[in-house]
Amino acid sequence: MAEFFQTGLGTALLIAAQSMLVVTFVMVSLLFLVYGDRKIWAAVQMRRGPNVVGPWGILQTVADALKYVVKEIVIPAGADRPVFFLAPMLSFVLAVLAWAVIPFNQGWVLSDINVALLFVFAVSSLEVYGVIMGGWASNSKYPFLGSLRSAAQMISYEVSLGLIIIGIIISTGSMNFSAIVEAQKGSLGLLNWYWLPHLPMVVLFFISALAETNRPPFDLPEAESELVAGFMVEYSSTPYLLFMAGEYIAIFLMCALMSLLFFGGWLSPIPGLPDSSLWMVGKMAFFFFLFAMVKAIVPRYRYDQLMRIGWKVFLPLSLAWVVIVAFLAKFGVMGGLWARWTVGG
Amino acid sequence: MNVADYAFYLFAFVTLTSALLVTVSRNPVHSVLWLILAFISTAGLFVLLGAEFVAMLLMIVYVGAVAVLFLFVVMMLDIDFAALRGKMTRYLPIGLAFGVVLLLEFSMALFVWVQADGAVAMRQAVAPDPGQVENTRALGLLIYDKYIYLFQAAGLILLVAMIGAILLTLRHRKDIKRQNVLHQMWRDPAKTMEIKDIKPGQGL
Repeated sequence: MAEFFQTGLGTALLIAAQSMLVVTFVMVSLLFLVYGDRKIWAAVQMRRGPNVVGPWGILQTVADALKYVVKEIVIPAGADRPVFFLAPMLSFVLAVLAWAVIPFNQGWVLSDINVALLFVFAVSSLEVYGVIMGGWASNSKYPFLGSLRSAAQMISYEVSLGLIIIGIIISTGSMNFSAIVEAQKGSLGLLNWYWLPHLPMVVLFFISALAETNRPPFDLPEAESELVAGFMVEYSSTPYLLFMAGEYIAIFLMCALMSLLFFGGWLSPIPGLPDSSLWMVGKMAFFFFLFAMVKAIVPRYRYDQLMRIGWKVFLPLSLAWVVIVAFLAKFGVMGGLWARWTVGG
Repeated sequence: MNVADYAFYLFAFVTLTSALLVTVSRNPVHSVLWLILAFISTAGLFVLLGAEFVAMLLMIVYVGAVAVLFLFVVMMLDIDFAALRGKMTRYLPIGLAFGVVLLLEFSMALFVWVQADGAVAMRQAVAPDPGQVENTRALGLLIYDKYIYLFQAAGLILLVAMIGAILLTLRHRKDIKRQNVLHQMWRDPAKTMEIKDIKPGQGL
Protein backbone atom coordinates (compact mmCIF):
# COMPACT_ATOMS: atom_id res chain seq x y z
CA MET A 1 0.00 0.00 0.00
CA ALA A 2 2.75 2.44 0.94
CA GLU A 3 4.54 1.82 -2.34
CA PHE A 4 1.37 2.53 -4.29
CA PHE A 5 1.26 6.07 -2.91
CA GLN A 6 4.80 6.65 -4.17
CA THR A 7 3.76 6.09 -7.79
CA GLY A 8 2.38 8.82 -10.04
CA LEU A 9 -1.20 7.57 -9.89
CA GLY A 10 -1.07 7.06 -6.14
CA THR A 11 0.24 10.58 -5.57
CA ALA A 12 -2.45 12.03 -7.79
CA LEU A 13 -5.13 10.08 -5.89
CA LEU A 14 -3.68 11.20 -2.58
CA ILE A 15 -3.70 14.87 -3.63
CA ALA A 16 -7.26 14.54 -4.94
CA ALA A 17 -8.40 12.95 -1.67
CA GLN A 18 -6.75 15.66 0.42
CA SER A 19 -8.29 18.38 -1.74
CA MET A 20 -11.70 16.75 -1.37
CA LEU A 21 -11.22 16.70 2.39
CA VAL A 22 -10.54 20.44 2.52
CA VAL A 23 -13.37 21.25 0.11
CA THR A 24 -15.75 19.08 2.14
CA PHE A 25 -14.70 20.85 5.33
CA VAL A 26 -15.28 24.24 3.71
CA MET A 27 -18.64 23.25 2.22
CA VAL A 28 -19.98 21.66 5.40
CA SER A 29 -18.90 24.62 7.50
CA LEU A 30 -20.53 26.85 4.85
CA LEU A 31 -23.89 25.20 5.61
CA PHE A 32 -23.61 26.03 9.27
CA LEU A 33 -22.11 29.47 8.69
CA VAL A 34 -25.04 30.65 6.62
CA TYR A 35 -27.41 29.21 9.23
CA GLY A 36 -25.40 30.79 12.05
CA ASP A 37 -25.25 34.12 10.26
CA ARG A 38 -29.02 34.22 9.92
CA LYS A 39 -29.59 33.03 13.49
CA ILE A 40 -27.27 35.66 14.96
CA TRP A 41 -28.80 38.34 12.81
CA ALA A 42 -32.25 37.24 13.91
CA ALA A 43 -31.28 37.13 17.58
CA VAL A 44 -29.98 40.70 17.47
CA GLN A 45 -33.25 41.83 15.92
CA MET A 46 -35.21 39.74 18.44
CA ARG A 47 -36.60 37.41 15.81
CA ARG A 48 -36.37 33.63 15.86
CA GLY A 49 -34.66 33.17 12.49
CA PRO A 50 -34.85 29.90 10.57
CA ASN A 51 -36.55 27.37 12.85
CA VAL A 52 -38.68 25.08 10.69
CA VAL A 53 -36.46 22.74 8.64
CA GLY A 54 -34.80 20.17 10.88
CA PRO A 55 -34.12 20.57 14.61
CA TRP A 56 -33.79 24.32 15.43
CA GLY A 57 -33.97 24.93 11.69
CA ILE A 58 -30.44 23.69 11.27
CA LEU A 59 -31.14 22.16 7.85
CA GLN A 60 -32.52 25.42 6.46
CA THR A 61 -29.38 26.01 4.35
CA VAL A 62 -29.62 22.53 2.83
CA ALA A 63 -33.22 23.20 1.88
CA ASP A 64 -32.27 26.57 0.41
CA ALA A 65 -29.42 25.09 -1.60
CA LEU A 66 -31.70 22.37 -3.00
CA LYS A 67 -34.30 24.98 -3.85
CA TYR A 68 -31.75 27.07 -5.76
CA VAL A 69 -30.51 24.07 -7.71
CA VAL A 70 -33.93 22.93 -8.92
CA LYS A 71 -35.12 26.43 -9.92
CA GLU A 72 -35.11 27.61 -13.52
CA ILE A 73 -32.08 29.52 -14.78
CA VAL A 74 -33.22 32.82 -16.25
CA ILE A 75 -30.86 34.45 -18.74
CA PRO A 76 -31.44 38.09 -19.69
CA ALA A 77 -32.01 38.54 -23.43
CA GLY A 78 -29.08 40.94 -23.90
CA ALA A 79 -26.67 38.97 -21.75
CA ASP A 80 -23.26 37.83 -22.92
CA ARG A 81 -23.90 34.16 -22.24
CA PRO A 82 -20.38 32.70 -21.84
CA VAL A 83 -19.22 35.52 -19.56
CA PHE A 84 -22.56 35.48 -17.75
CA PHE A 85 -22.03 31.87 -16.68
CA LEU A 86 -18.28 32.17 -16.25
CA ALA A 87 -18.67 34.87 -13.59
CA PRO A 88 -20.38 32.84 -10.81
CA MET A 89 -18.16 29.82 -11.49
CA LEU A 90 -15.09 32.03 -11.26
CA SER A 91 -16.11 33.56 -7.93
CA PHE A 92 -16.86 30.15 -6.45
CA VAL A 93 -13.72 28.42 -7.72
CA LEU A 94 -11.43 31.27 -6.66
CA ALA A 95 -12.96 31.38 -3.20
CA VAL A 96 -12.29 27.66 -2.77
CA LEU A 97 -8.84 27.85 -4.39
CA ALA A 98 -7.34 30.00 -1.65
CA TRP A 99 -7.94 27.23 0.90
CA ALA A 100 -5.18 25.21 -0.76
CA VAL A 101 -2.54 27.01 1.31
CA ILE A 102 -4.41 27.46 4.60
CA PRO A 103 -3.00 25.19 7.32
CA PHE A 104 -5.27 23.85 10.06
CA ASN A 105 -2.52 22.40 12.21
CA GLN A 106 1.23 21.87 12.04
CA GLY A 107 1.67 20.25 8.61
CA TRP A 108 -2.08 19.97 7.90
CA VAL A 109 -1.95 21.90 4.67
CA LEU A 110 -2.53 20.94 1.05
CA SER A 111 0.32 22.96 -0.39
CA ASP A 112 3.03 24.24 1.92
CA ILE A 113 4.52 26.89 -0.38
CA ASN A 114 6.94 29.69 0.47
CA VAL A 115 4.73 32.45 -0.85
CA ALA A 116 1.48 31.18 0.69
CA LEU A 117 0.46 34.61 1.94
CA LEU A 118 1.01 36.15 -1.48
CA PHE A 119 -0.94 33.31 -3.05
CA VAL A 120 -3.97 34.03 -0.89
CA PHE A 121 -3.60 37.70 -1.68
CA ALA A 122 -3.34 37.02 -5.43
CA VAL A 123 -6.39 34.78 -5.42
CA SER A 124 -8.46 37.25 -3.44
CA SER A 125 -7.44 40.02 -5.82
CA LEU A 126 -8.79 37.88 -8.66
CA GLU A 127 -12.16 37.57 -6.95
CA VAL A 128 -13.10 41.01 -8.21
CA TYR A 129 -13.39 39.55 -11.71
CA GLY A 130 -16.39 37.43 -10.79
CA VAL A 131 -18.18 40.59 -9.75
CA ILE A 132 -17.13 42.73 -12.73
CA MET A 133 -17.85 40.01 -15.27
CA GLY A 134 -21.22 39.24 -13.70
CA GLY A 135 -22.23 42.88 -13.68
CA TRP A 136 -21.08 43.55 -17.23
CA ALA A 137 -22.42 40.36 -18.79
CA SER A 138 -25.89 40.93 -17.34
CA ASN A 139 -26.16 43.93 -19.68
CA SER A 140 -28.37 45.91 -17.36
CA LYS A 141 -28.01 49.10 -15.34
CA TYR A 142 -28.09 48.06 -11.69
CA PRO A 143 -25.73 45.11 -12.03
CA PHE A 144 -23.29 47.29 -13.93
CA LEU A 145 -23.34 50.05 -11.33
CA GLY A 146 -22.98 47.45 -8.60
CA SER A 147 -20.00 45.84 -10.27
CA LEU A 148 -18.27 49.19 -10.81
CA ARG A 149 -18.69 50.02 -7.14
CA SER A 150 -17.49 46.63 -6.11
CA ALA A 151 -14.39 46.75 -8.28
CA ALA A 152 -13.35 50.13 -6.93
CA GLN A 153 -14.05 49.04 -3.37
CA MET A 154 -12.19 45.75 -3.55
CA ILE A 155 -9.12 47.30 -5.20
CA SER A 156 -9.01 50.10 -2.62
CA TYR A 157 -9.14 47.82 0.38
CA GLU A 158 -6.73 45.33 -1.10
CA VAL A 159 -4.08 48.04 -0.83
CA SER A 160 -4.48 48.42 2.92
CA LEU A 161 -4.80 44.64 3.42
CA GLY A 162 -1.53 44.18 1.55
CA LEU A 163 0.27 46.78 3.63
CA ILE A 164 -0.99 45.27 6.89
CA ILE A 165 0.22 41.86 5.75
CA ILE A 166 3.68 43.34 5.04
CA GLY A 167 3.96 44.20 8.74
CA ILE A 168 3.38 40.54 9.61
CA ILE A 169 5.89 39.43 6.98
CA ILE A 170 8.53 41.79 8.39
CA SER A 171 7.95 40.45 11.90
CA THR A 172 8.17 36.83 10.80
CA GLY A 173 10.69 36.98 8.00
CA SER A 174 8.62 34.53 5.99
CA MET A 175 5.43 34.35 3.94
CA ASN A 176 4.68 30.79 4.90
CA PHE A 177 1.66 30.37 7.18
CA SER A 178 3.25 27.64 9.28
CA ALA A 179 6.27 29.88 9.86
CA ILE A 180 4.01 32.79 10.79
CA VAL A 181 2.13 30.68 13.32
CA GLU A 182 5.32 29.14 14.71
CA ALA A 183 6.75 32.65 15.17
CA GLN A 184 3.84 33.41 17.50
CA LYS A 185 4.65 30.48 19.74
CA GLY A 186 5.87 31.28 23.22
CA SER A 187 5.61 30.57 26.91
CA LEU A 188 2.97 33.24 27.48
CA GLY A 189 0.22 31.68 25.37
CA LEU A 190 -2.05 34.25 23.85
CA LEU A 191 0.18 37.16 24.91
CA ASN A 192 2.79 35.92 22.42
CA TRP A 193 0.50 36.23 19.44
CA TYR A 194 0.80 39.00 16.89
CA TRP A 195 -2.39 40.75 17.95
CA LEU A 196 -0.48 42.43 20.79
CA PRO A 197 2.49 43.93 18.90
CA HIS A 198 0.32 44.57 15.84
CA LEU A 199 -2.71 45.72 17.79
CA PRO A 200 -3.75 48.73 15.67
CA MET A 201 -3.53 46.63 12.53
CA VAL A 202 -5.85 43.92 13.86
CA VAL A 203 -8.70 46.42 13.85
CA LEU A 204 -7.74 47.75 10.43
CA PHE A 205 -7.44 44.24 9.03
CA PHE A 206 -10.86 43.30 10.35
CA ILE A 207 -12.52 46.37 8.83
CA SER A 208 -10.65 45.97 5.54
CA ALA A 209 -11.69 42.32 5.44
CA LEU A 210 -15.32 43.40 5.81
CA ALA A 211 -14.92 45.78 2.88
CA GLU A 212 -12.94 43.32 0.78
CA THR A 213 -15.62 40.63 1.08
CA ASN A 214 -18.48 43.10 0.50
CA ARG A 215 -19.95 42.41 3.92
CA PRO A 216 -22.20 44.88 5.71
CA PRO A 217 -21.61 47.70 6.60
CA PHE A 218 -19.68 47.87 3.32
CA ASP A 219 -22.06 45.86 1.12
CA LEU A 220 -22.45 48.75 -1.31
CA PRO A 221 -22.14 46.50 -4.41
CA GLU A 222 -25.44 44.87 -3.48
CA ALA A 223 -27.02 47.69 -1.52
CA GLU A 224 -30.59 46.48 -1.85
CA SER A 225 -32.10 49.86 -1.00
CA GLU A 226 -30.53 51.54 -4.03
CA LEU A 227 -29.25 48.87 -6.44
CA VAL A 228 -31.80 46.06 -5.78
CA ALA A 229 -29.07 43.43 -5.40
CA GLY A 230 -26.17 44.97 -7.31
CA PHE A 231 -24.25 42.69 -9.62
CA MET A 232 -26.45 39.70 -8.71
CA VAL A 233 -29.76 41.18 -9.87
CA GLU A 234 -30.03 39.12 -13.05
CA TYR A 235 -28.80 35.88 -11.52
CA SER A 236 -31.13 33.11 -10.49
CA SER A 237 -30.94 29.47 -9.50
CA THR A 238 -27.52 27.75 -9.35
CA PRO A 239 -25.42 30.68 -10.64
CA TYR A 240 -26.83 32.80 -7.81
CA LEU A 241 -26.11 29.99 -5.36
CA LEU A 242 -22.50 29.92 -6.57
CA PHE A 243 -22.14 33.69 -6.04
CA MET A 244 -23.55 33.42 -2.52
CA ALA A 245 -21.44 30.39 -1.65
CA GLY A 246 -18.32 32.10 -3.02
CA GLU A 247 -19.04 35.15 -0.92
CA TYR A 248 -19.44 33.17 2.30
CA ILE A 249 -16.34 31.07 1.59
CA ALA A 250 -14.35 34.27 1.06
CA ILE A 251 -15.63 35.58 4.39
CA PHE A 252 -14.66 32.35 6.12
CA LEU A 253 -11.23 32.61 4.49
CA MET A 254 -10.82 36.06 5.99
CA CYS A 255 -11.70 34.56 9.39
CA ALA A 256 -8.99 31.94 8.84
CA LEU A 257 -6.51 34.66 7.88
CA MET A 258 -7.35 36.67 11.01
CA SER A 259 -6.71 33.68 13.24
CA LEU A 260 -3.52 32.65 11.41
CA LEU A 261 -1.95 36.09 11.12
CA PHE A 262 -2.86 37.69 14.42
CA PHE A 263 -4.27 35.06 16.75
CA GLY A 264 -1.84 32.19 16.59
CA GLY A 265 -3.74 29.76 14.34
CA TRP A 266 -3.72 26.36 16.02
CA LEU A 267 -1.67 27.51 19.05
CA SER A 268 -3.32 27.16 22.40
CA PRO A 269 -4.14 30.47 24.14
CA ILE A 270 -3.38 29.13 27.60
CA PRO A 271 0.13 27.81 28.31
CA GLY A 272 -0.05 24.13 29.17
CA LEU A 273 -3.02 23.19 27.03
CA PRO A 274 -2.04 21.29 23.86
CA ASP A 275 -2.03 23.02 20.46
CA SER A 276 -4.73 21.59 18.26
CA SER A 277 -6.64 22.19 15.04
CA LEU A 278 -9.72 22.62 17.24
CA TRP A 279 -8.29 25.96 18.41
CA MET A 280 -7.98 27.01 14.79
CA VAL A 281 -11.58 26.08 13.98
CA GLY A 282 -12.76 27.70 17.20
CA LYS A 283 -10.99 30.96 16.39
CA MET A 284 -12.40 30.96 12.86
CA ALA A 285 -15.89 30.44 14.27
CA PHE A 286 -15.34 33.28 16.74
CA PHE A 287 -14.28 35.70 14.01
CA PHE A 288 -17.24 34.67 11.92
CA PHE A 289 -19.42 35.51 14.92
CA LEU A 290 -17.85 38.98 14.93
CA PHE A 291 -18.55 39.34 11.20
CA ALA A 292 -22.17 38.37 11.79
CA MET A 293 -22.51 40.77 14.72
CA VAL A 294 -21.13 43.64 12.65
CA LYS A 295 -23.69 42.84 9.96
CA ALA A 296 -26.47 42.96 12.53
CA ILE A 297 -25.36 46.05 14.44
CA VAL A 298 -23.67 48.56 12.12
CA PRO A 299 -25.67 50.60 9.59
CA ARG A 300 -24.49 50.72 5.99
CA TYR A 301 -21.89 53.28 4.92
CA ARG A 302 -22.31 55.80 2.18
CA TYR A 303 -20.15 55.03 -0.83
CA ASP A 304 -18.04 58.21 -0.67
CA GLN A 305 -17.44 57.60 3.05
CA LEU A 306 -16.27 54.09 2.24
CA MET A 307 -13.75 55.28 -0.32
CA ARG A 308 -12.63 58.09 1.95
CA ILE A 309 -11.72 55.86 4.89
CA GLY A 310 -10.13 53.41 2.51
CA TRP A 311 -7.76 55.87 0.87
CA LYS A 312 -7.43 58.68 3.39
CA VAL A 313 -7.40 56.82 6.70
CA PHE A 314 -6.51 53.15 6.22
CA LEU A 315 -3.88 53.57 3.54
CA PRO A 316 -1.76 56.20 5.39
CA LEU A 317 -2.14 54.36 8.71
CA SER A 318 -1.10 51.00 7.35
CA LEU A 319 1.73 52.53 5.32
CA ALA A 320 3.03 54.31 8.41
CA TRP A 321 2.76 51.05 10.34
CA VAL A 322 4.95 49.27 7.78
CA VAL A 323 7.68 51.85 8.35
CA ILE A 324 7.26 51.75 12.13
CA VAL A 325 7.38 47.95 12.25
CA ALA A 326 10.44 47.96 10.02
CA PHE A 327 12.25 50.20 12.52
CA LEU A 328 10.98 48.33 15.59
CA ALA A 329 12.06 45.04 14.06
CA LYS A 330 15.42 46.29 12.83
CA PHE A 331 16.48 47.65 16.21
CA GLY A 332 14.91 44.80 18.18
CA VAL A 333 12.80 47.06 20.39
CA MET A 334 11.41 45.41 23.58
CA GLY A 335 13.47 42.28 23.23
CA GLY A 336 12.53 41.66 19.62
CA LEU A 337 8.77 41.76 20.11
CA TRP A 338 8.45 42.77 16.45
CA ALA A 339 11.41 40.73 15.20
CA ARG A 340 10.51 37.12 15.85
CA TRP A 341 13.13 35.80 13.47
CA THR A 342 15.94 37.06 15.70
CA VAL A 343 14.67 35.57 18.96
CA GLY A 344 14.21 32.23 17.24
CA GLY A 345 10.45 32.19 17.74
CA MET B 1 7.69 13.58 -19.95
CA ASN B 2 6.84 14.26 -16.34
CA VAL B 3 4.10 16.42 -14.82
CA ALA B 4 6.14 19.63 -15.13
CA ASP B 5 6.55 19.11 -18.88
CA TYR B 6 2.83 18.56 -19.40
CA ALA B 7 2.16 21.64 -17.28
CA PHE B 8 4.62 23.65 -19.37
CA TYR B 9 2.94 22.69 -22.65
CA LEU B 10 -0.49 23.38 -21.16
CA PHE B 11 0.49 26.86 -19.92
CA ALA B 12 2.40 27.68 -23.10
CA PHE B 13 -0.52 26.62 -25.28
CA VAL B 14 -3.01 28.60 -23.19
CA THR B 15 -0.75 31.67 -23.21
CA LEU B 16 -0.31 31.63 -26.98
CA THR B 17 -3.94 30.87 -27.74
CA SER B 18 -5.29 33.55 -25.44
CA ALA B 19 -2.74 36.06 -26.74
CA LEU B 20 -3.97 35.35 -30.25
CA LEU B 21 -7.58 35.68 -29.13
CA VAL B 22 -6.79 39.05 -27.54
CA THR B 23 -6.13 40.42 -31.00
CA VAL B 24 -8.80 38.62 -33.02
CA SER B 25 -11.76 38.61 -30.64
CA ARG B 26 -14.46 40.99 -31.78
CA ASN B 27 -15.62 42.26 -28.43
CA PRO B 28 -13.01 44.42 -26.65
CA VAL B 29 -14.17 43.22 -23.22
CA HIS B 30 -13.55 39.65 -24.33
CA SER B 31 -10.12 40.77 -25.49
CA VAL B 32 -9.29 42.02 -22.00
CA LEU B 33 -10.58 38.78 -20.48
CA TRP B 34 -8.34 36.78 -22.81
CA LEU B 35 -5.46 39.06 -21.85
CA ILE B 36 -6.10 38.18 -18.21
CA LEU B 37 -6.01 34.49 -19.05
CA ALA B 38 -2.69 35.08 -20.82
CA PHE B 39 -1.32 36.79 -17.68
CA ILE B 40 -2.47 33.92 -15.47
CA SER B 41 -0.91 31.23 -17.63
CA THR B 42 2.29 33.25 -17.79
CA ALA B 43 2.26 33.23 -14.00
CA GLY B 44 2.00 29.46 -14.28
CA LEU B 45 5.11 29.43 -16.49
CA PHE B 46 6.97 31.50 -13.89
CA VAL B 47 6.04 28.99 -11.20
CA LEU B 48 7.43 26.20 -13.39
CA LEU B 49 10.69 28.17 -13.66
CA GLY B 50 10.84 28.27 -9.87
CA ALA B 51 10.18 32.01 -9.70
CA GLU B 52 7.12 31.81 -7.49
CA PHE B 53 7.52 35.35 -6.15
CA VAL B 54 7.48 36.89 -9.63
CA ALA B 55 4.49 34.72 -10.52
CA MET B 56 2.50 35.95 -7.53
CA LEU B 57 3.48 39.57 -8.24
CA LEU B 58 2.31 39.15 -11.83
CA MET B 59 -1.03 37.92 -10.53
CA ILE B 60 -1.42 40.66 -7.93
CA VAL B 61 -0.16 43.64 -9.92
CA TYR B 62 -1.13 42.85 -13.50
CA VAL B 63 -4.19 40.69 -13.10
CA GLY B 64 -5.45 42.13 -9.83
CA ALA B 65 -4.94 45.82 -10.55
CA VAL B 66 -3.79 46.77 -14.04
CA ALA B 67 -6.17 44.51 -15.95
CA VAL B 68 -9.07 45.67 -13.78
CA LEU B 69 -8.37 49.23 -14.89
CA PHE B 70 -8.16 48.09 -18.53
CA LEU B 71 -11.50 46.37 -18.11
CA PHE B 72 -12.96 49.49 -16.51
CA VAL B 73 -11.92 51.69 -19.40
CA VAL B 74 -12.99 49.24 -22.08
CA MET B 75 -16.39 48.68 -20.48
CA MET B 76 -16.98 52.42 -20.29
CA LEU B 77 -16.14 53.05 -23.94
CA ASP B 78 -18.94 53.19 -26.42
CA ILE B 79 -17.45 51.19 -29.24
CA ASP B 80 -18.93 50.57 -32.65
CA PHE B 81 -17.99 46.94 -33.24
CA ALA B 82 -18.83 46.92 -36.96
CA ALA B 83 -16.59 49.92 -37.68
CA LEU B 84 -13.76 48.34 -35.72
CA ARG B 85 -13.94 45.16 -37.76
CA GLY B 86 -13.74 47.10 -41.02
CA LYS B 87 -10.41 48.67 -40.01
CA MET B 88 -8.84 45.34 -39.19
CA THR B 89 -7.44 44.80 -42.68
CA ARG B 90 -6.12 48.35 -42.85
CA TYR B 91 -4.05 48.08 -39.68
CA LEU B 92 -2.98 44.49 -40.17
CA PRO B 93 0.25 45.29 -42.11
CA ILE B 94 1.41 47.76 -39.41
CA GLY B 95 0.70 45.22 -36.68
CA LEU B 96 2.56 42.53 -38.59
CA ALA B 97 5.52 44.88 -39.11
CA PHE B 98 5.70 45.47 -35.35
CA GLY B 99 5.58 41.73 -34.82
CA VAL B 100 8.43 41.11 -37.24
CA VAL B 101 10.61 43.80 -35.64
CA LEU B 102 9.99 42.34 -32.18
CA LEU B 103 10.76 38.85 -33.43
CA LEU B 104 14.03 40.07 -34.97
CA GLU B 105 15.04 41.76 -31.73
CA PHE B 106 14.32 38.66 -29.71
CA SER B 107 16.26 36.46 -32.08
CA MET B 108 19.18 38.91 -31.91
CA ALA B 109 19.16 38.62 -28.13
CA LEU B 110 19.02 34.84 -28.38
CA PHE B 111 21.49 34.03 -31.20
CA VAL B 112 23.70 36.99 -32.14
CA TRP B 113 24.36 38.45 -28.70
CA VAL B 114 27.83 37.62 -27.40
CA GLN B 115 28.50 37.97 -23.71
CA ALA B 116 31.75 39.38 -22.41
CA ASP B 117 34.06 36.88 -20.76
CA GLY B 118 33.59 38.04 -17.19
CA ALA B 119 29.89 38.91 -17.48
CA VAL B 120 28.46 35.62 -16.22
CA ALA B 121 30.84 35.47 -13.29
CA MET B 122 30.11 39.08 -12.36
CA ARG B 123 26.38 38.45 -12.35
CA GLN B 124 26.73 35.33 -10.25
CA ALA B 125 28.98 37.12 -7.76
CA VAL B 126 26.13 39.50 -6.91
CA ALA B 127 23.20 37.08 -6.89
CA PRO B 128 22.61 34.96 -3.79
CA ASP B 129 22.92 31.22 -4.36
CA PRO B 130 19.44 30.02 -5.38
CA GLY B 131 20.08 26.68 -3.75
CA GLN B 132 20.61 28.33 -0.36
CA VAL B 133 18.07 31.15 -0.36
CA GLU B 134 14.43 31.08 -1.43
CA ASN B 135 13.87 33.47 -4.30
CA THR B 136 11.69 35.94 -2.37
CA ARG B 137 14.53 36.45 0.08
CA ALA B 138 17.10 36.58 -2.73
CA LEU B 139 15.16 39.32 -4.53
CA GLY B 140 14.72 41.20 -1.28
CA LEU B 141 18.45 41.07 -0.57
CA LEU B 142 19.27 42.33 -4.06
CA ILE B 143 16.67 45.08 -4.27
CA TYR B 144 16.64 46.35 -0.70
CA ASP B 145 20.23 45.72 0.38
CA LYS B 146 22.53 45.66 -2.61
CA TYR B 147 20.79 48.07 -4.98
CA ILE B 148 18.75 50.11 -2.52
CA TYR B 149 19.81 53.50 -3.97
CA LEU B 150 18.98 52.53 -7.54
CA PHE B 151 15.66 51.12 -6.38
CA GLN B 152 14.79 54.25 -4.43
CA ALA B 153 15.81 56.41 -7.41
CA ALA B 154 13.45 54.42 -9.63
CA GLY B 155 10.71 54.90 -7.07
CA LEU B 156 11.40 58.63 -6.96
CA ILE B 157 11.15 58.91 -10.74
CA LEU B 158 7.81 57.13 -10.68
CA LEU B 159 6.62 59.42 -7.90
CA VAL B 160 7.58 62.52 -9.91
CA ALA B 161 5.80 61.11 -12.96
CA MET B 162 2.71 60.49 -10.88
CA ILE B 163 2.70 63.97 -9.37
CA GLY B 164 3.15 65.39 -12.88
CA ALA B 165 0.16 63.44 -14.19
CA ILE B 166 -1.97 64.56 -11.27
CA LEU B 167 -0.90 68.19 -11.72
CA LEU B 168 -1.77 68.12 -15.42
CA THR B 169 -5.34 67.08 -14.71
CA LEU B 170 -5.86 69.02 -11.50
CA ARG B 171 -8.25 71.92 -11.53
CA HIS B 172 -10.00 73.60 -8.68
CA ARG B 173 -13.61 74.29 -9.37
CA LYS B 174 -15.20 77.06 -7.37
CA ASP B 175 -18.72 76.57 -8.64
CA ILE B 176 -19.46 73.23 -7.02
CA LYS B 177 -20.46 72.37 -3.48
CA ARG B 178 -18.03 70.35 -1.43
CA GLN B 179 -18.51 68.58 1.85
CA ASN B 180 -16.18 69.13 4.73
CA VAL B 181 -16.03 65.76 6.42
CA LEU B 182 -14.47 66.91 9.68
CA HIS B 183 -17.03 69.66 9.91
CA GLN B 184 -19.77 67.06 9.46
CA MET B 185 -18.26 64.77 12.04
CA TRP B 186 -17.84 67.40 14.73
CA ARG B 187 -21.33 68.78 14.39
CA ASP B 188 -23.17 68.88 17.67
CA PRO B 189 -26.60 67.23 17.37
CA ALA B 190 -27.96 69.44 20.12
CA LYS B 191 -27.28 72.57 18.07
CA THR B 192 -28.45 71.31 14.70
CA MET B 193 -31.65 69.58 15.70
CA GLU B 194 -34.66 70.88 17.44
CA ILE B 195 -37.34 68.59 18.80
CA LYS B 196 -40.83 70.07 18.79
CA ASP B 197 -43.98 68.72 20.24
CA ILE B 198 -46.64 69.02 17.55
CA LYS B 199 -50.22 69.11 18.65
CA PRO B 200 -52.63 67.13 16.45
CA GLY B 201 -54.52 69.28 13.98
CA GLN B 202 -52.45 72.40 14.66
CA GLY B 203 -49.19 71.95 12.90
CA LEU B 204 -46.19 74.08 13.65
